[in-house]
Amino acid sequence: MSESEFQPKIVAFFCTWCTYTAADLTGISRLAYAPNVRVIRLMCSGRLDPQFVLAAFRHGADGVLVGGCHPGDCHYQEGNYKARRRIELLRAVLRDLGIADQRLRLEWISASEGEKVQRVCNQMTEELRGLGPLRLDRPQRDAAELAGEPR
Amino acid sequence: MTKPKIAFYWCASCGGCEEAVVDLGEDLLAVVELVEVAFWPVALDFKREDVEALDDGELAAAFLNGAVRTSEQEEMARLLRRKAAAVVAFGSCAMHGGVPGLANLHESRDILDVAYREAPSVQNDEGTLPARESRVPEGQLMLPEFGATVRTLDQVIDVDYYLPGCPPPPGLIASAVTALVEGKLPAKGAVLAPDVALCSQCPRAATKPDKLLVQTFRRPHEVLIDTDLCLLAQGLVCLGPATRAGCAAACPGGNMPCTGCMGPTSGVVDYGAKALSAIASLLDADGGDEIAARVAEIADPVGTFYRYSLPASLLHRRVRTAAREEKEEVAP
Repeated sequence: MSESEFQPKIVAFFCTWCTYTAADLTGISRLAYAPNVRVIRLMCSGRLDPQFVLAAFRHGADGVLVGGCHPGDCHYQEGNYKARRRIELLRAVLRDLGIADQRLRLEWISASEGEKVQRVCNQMTEELRGLGPLRLDRPQRDAAELAGEPR
Repeated sequence: MTKPKIAFYWCASCGGCEEAVVDLGEDLLAVVELVEVAFWPVALDFKREDVEALDDGELAAAFLNGAVRTSEQEEMARLLRRKAAAVVAFGSCAMHGGVPGLANLHESRDILDVAYREAPSVQNDEGTLPARESRVPEGQLMLPEFGATVRTLDQVIDVDYYLPGCPPPPGLIASAVTALVEGKLPAKGAVLAPDVALCSQCPRAATKPDKLLVQTFRRPHEVLIDTDLCLLAQGLVCLGPATRAGCAAACPGGNMPCTGCMGPTSGVVDYGAKALSAIASLLDADGGDEIAARVAEIADPVGTFYRYSLPASLLHRRVRTAAREEKEEVAP
């Protein structure tokens, strides 16, 4: 597959109070954005378990986008700060596991920023297109290698 | 009445799990009264042929420790699976990959290069690497294949029970063997250890603050550790909140933070992700730069949070670099 044909898959976790509402506004405002983004609604970005991010990568995502309320605006006071701490530490782990920083992105997008959803989704899609697909190994594939791979 | 037969075997491991069996001390004699050890290469003189001569399912249980990397380990695991009614993944390596699983941060070729060519203590002028087959005047020699990755036991064969720990605590081993002999084992797939977090067993639990916040992470050698106070409250990365109990908090009791060898409690898919989530939540920092500075204090994040479980994790191993991938694809 040539690079121009590569369509990255992005799983987006948006908090229901800000970014998910903003994504609705993007649609209502008829602002088109890259169809590469699959949105999953969370009650809060603080609900984002780092396992969700890894599971998304494991199941074929090339990137994960997390959208929450701006600092100070969290509906639950501090969920977005928790997300920020977890994502920063998760990113340090991912870096050592060979996954580029651009594949996990955290953005603050308030309910009125429909245009920002469009911009961020398009930008991230382009960036991932440049990076290429994320190819994860599976233990099963390694098993096949173990059985017959010449070295 | 014939005694039930059991087998012990080691794959990619350090020998500590075998040591843990010996650590049963005099209780080991009681175990030997109850069972017949049919295979235990580290302690008794049995050969692979002895296992092959057994009927399928004749062993009541096979206890396998160590992760699986070489073709020999895989063959032995499959053989014992066939001969045993129950297979127990014994210890962190068999269960989650263990410390040998951290080799999944590197390519197998690079590991061989370092071990056989680049290490300062190595003298290998011809740059010889272990080969599957080599011809010598006496004939052909064979070595097991060094696999591309480290796998957990259940990524290779069907596993009935899991006994966590590095190594499993003697108490858990004794109760697992007893349950086995008495036929009182839980449902298949069970982890033979308590299903609560380590903090519940920790002698320091009472000193854990209600609202735990960490200003600065410190490593054990950088600080004089208070012997009574919760280790997290002292800024040490203690993985007790994310780790299964069953070890009687041996490390916190010995003034060292928990490193997570018992693995997660049930319901957790990826131990490292849960552990880092627990630690990150304690950070007393809101701003991006401030958080980044605290994160930078954690040396070797993968080795900290996935010390015993990288092969079992959702990502399984480090992503191969693009250059290497392409090279692999053009190779016949």
